[in-house]
This record gives sequence, C-alpha cells and structure tokens, in this order.
Amino acid sequence: MAVGQINWFKFSSPATFYPLAGKLIPYFTALAVVLTVVGLYLGFFVAPTDYKQGEGYRIIFIHVPAAWMSMLIYIVMAAYAGMGLVFNTRLSSLMASALAPTGALFTFLALWTGALWGKPMWGAWWVWDARLTSELILLFLYIGFMSLKAAIDDPRRAAPASGLLAIIGVINVPIIYKSVEWWNTLHQGATIKSSGTSMETTMLTAMLVMTFAMWMYTVAVVLTRVRCEILEAERDTEWVAAELSKSS
Amino acid sequence: MWAALRCVVMRDLTLAMRRRADVLTTLFFFVIVVSLFPLGVGPEMDTLRLMGPGVVWVAALLASMLSLGRLFSGDYIDGTLEHLVLAPQPLTVLVLGKIAAHWLVSGLPLVLIAPLLGLQYGLSTDALWVLVLSLILGTPVLSLIGAVGAALTLGLRGGGVLVSLLVLPLYIPVLIFGAGAVDAQVTGLGPQAHLSLLGAFLVPALVFAPWAAGWALRISLE
Repeated sequence: MAVGQINWFKFSSPATFYPLAGKLIPYFTALAVVLTVVGLYLGFFVAPTDYKQGEGYRIIFIHVPAAWMSMLIYIVMAAYAGMGLVFNTRLSSLMASALAPTGALFTFLALWTGALWGKPMWGAWWVWDARLTSELILLFLYIGFMSLKAAIDDPRRAAPASGLLAIIGVINVPIIYKSVEWWNTLHQGATIKSSGTSMETTMLTAMLVMTFAMWMYTVAVVLTRVRCEILEAERDTEWVAAELSKSS
Repeated sequence: MWAALRCVVMRDLTLAMRRRADVLTTLFFFVIVVSLFPLGVGPEMDTLRLMGPGVVWVAALLASMLSLGRLFSGDYIDGTLEHLVLAPQPLTVLVLGKIAAHWLVSGLPLVLIAPLLGLQYGLSTDALWVLVLSLILGTPVLSLIGAVGAALTLGLRGGGVLVSLLVLPLYIPVLIFGAGAVDAQVTGLGPQAHLSLLGAFLVPALVFAPWAAGWALRISLE
C-alpha cells in the first residue's frame, strides 16, 4: 500500500474494528441518553396538546421513531447482508446479525405503542389494516432471519443463507412505507412530506430528536453486540486470545 | 437447455408418479383442513359463504408449504442434487424444472379440487371460476417462493417448522390478493385488479425465485 493512500478497508477486518467499536460505544451511548432526555422533555412538556386527540397523541414521540427505525434497520441489515454475500466479508454478516434483534425490538415497540394509541383513538387494540399487517410481517421477517441463523450450526453457511433471506424480505419495506398511500386505511397518512409538514414545529423537533436518540441507541447497542459476535466468531485467533488475556 | 429443463421435469414427474401416496397426502390434507372450518365455526351458510375464499386459500397455502419438504430433500439425501449443481446446464433452469414439476404434482391438484370445496361453501359459479383462476395464478408463486425457503433450510434440524417461519410471511401478499379476488367477485366489485396483481407477482417470482433458490442451494451444499 502506497504511503498517504487511505486504506478504506482497514476497519472491515474484525481485528481492527473490535477496538474501534469499543472506543465509539461510550460516545454513542452518551448521545443516546442526552437526546432521549431532551426529546422526551420536548415531547411531554413543551409540545402543545393536540386539538383533536388531546394528550393521548404524545405516544407519537415513541411510536413514529420506533416505526421508522424498524424499517431503517431492516434496510441497513439487508445492505450489510448483501455486502457480506458479494464481498464475502465476515464483518458485514456479523453486523447484519447484530442488527436483527434491535430491529425486531423496534418493530415490536412500534406495534405495541400503536396498539396503545389505537385503543383510545380507534376504539380497538388492533385492526387488520395494511400498515399494521405489513409491520407485523416485518416482525416475522426479523424472527425468520434470526431463527434461520440460529438453526444453522456452521457459520460459513449460516451467514450467507440468512443474508439471502434478509435481501428477499426487503421487498416488504417499501410496502409498509407506502401502504398508507396505496390503500385506504384507518392508519393516518404521512404528516411529514417532502413538501413540508402539517405539524407544529415543537412536535416535529421532539419527534426528530427522539428519532436520533433511537438511532444513537441502535448504534451503541449494535456495536456492543457485534463486539460479542466478533469474539465468538474469531475465538480461535491469536488477537482474541491476546485481547482476552489483556482484559482479564 | 430446454432439453435439460424437460428432462428434469419428466424425471421429477416420473418419481412422483411412482410414489402416488405422497401426492395424495397433500391433496387430502387440503381437503381435510377446508372441511374442518365448518365444523369449527358452525354450519350457517351465510357465514361460510363469506369465509369460503379465505379458508380455501389458507388451506392451499398450508398444503403447498407442507409439500415443500419433498422438493429438494430426496435429491439431497441420495446426492443427485450435488450433480445438478455441478451440471454444465445453468442451475437456475434446472431448479425451475424442479419447481415446475413440484407445482404440477402438488399445486395443480389443489386447483382442480378447489371448485368442489368452494361448492361446499356455497360459492356461486362465477365465484368458483374466479377461485380457480386465482389459484392457477397464485399457487405457482407459492411453489416458487417456497423453493427458496426449502433450499435455505435443506438438511437442517427441524427444517420443516423453520421453513414455515421463513416462507409464510412471504406468502401473505399472495393470500391477500388471491382471497381478495374471490371476495371482490362475490361482492360485485369485479376481480380484475386482484387477478392482475397476482399475475404481477407471478412474473418477477418466475424470474428471480429459481435464481435465488439456486443460489441458496449452492450455499447449502458448500
């Protein structure tokens, strides 16, 4: 490698990524905590009461960011899985499997808070509407990905097999995203559009801050999880042995 | 290439005809599941007429999923599959042949017996036609998507349960529009939109699923 040239692939090796992830985790954790506190304060105390839905609407500050994250994480996961399949990089597959539990958690949160929101507003915990159903399918896809990964003992087969499944499932994400426009449903349409928003500014700010908080939380948690996965996958190598003897 | 495709289809059909019991099991499973519903929810004809399309479709989904285990496992156990993967012909074409044979054996019988079951649910003649048409368009999609799941879970412990977890979420759109087509006919909206969408699922599935299944087979056999 020539002097002065940046090695773009330096951190695609688990051995170099492991300490980098360790250094980054505290920053992302701190950001997540600060943003959550700010976002929840803005959402619960500063943002005005909704004229139609009263105070009950405030669950939006959890519900919408969680739903966004559930879709975003799936796309990121499928992208990592695709990179793992194409370039055959170990770290990409590890990242994909580290993202899956957090994605499933946010999908579940979106469904759960949606149920809590639906009961007072629609009068039902659950309706079989296009957006709810496709979000439920997303949860099944996450679970399928994790169980396929868990069922295959050989990691060299588990990573590409589950990766292929993740890529096939990506079809569902645009369907969820667009379902409110494509089908006439009970679920309200998108409030934030590229042409501007029909929301009050503090509400929007609170929601965006919460989204970033969840995003930072995801990064912190996924990095922590991927560190465990790296140690497990590379347990026979010398650097892991050195790392473990250093920390103990 | 066409010779290879024809050869795979004929081989799988011959194998299936030698073991007719397997084919009939799937068919009877379909019939039994459909007949369980009136026993469970009560014999009121008005309710059954509303439920009929959905019940037939869900049963078809389950039946075609149950038959997925046989798609590759026999060839996997006796080593034929490795030879198919190594063959000079493109694996995609060979897999397409296997899927086509699988559909002829496990999908087509469901389509043919569905009108009889629909009749038991009091569907009108028009609705029965739409039911058959939606199944003709939909069951190949089920076989195609299912092939990917079957290839991914090849030779795994508890592969049968796992394949349902992987494949059923992907079956849902087919179920929605398949049953929706018959519902639309019953309620007088006309089934064209739903049938067109089913056809629109079939085309990309036909192109991509054999390829993805071939890839999954390579991963599984490595």
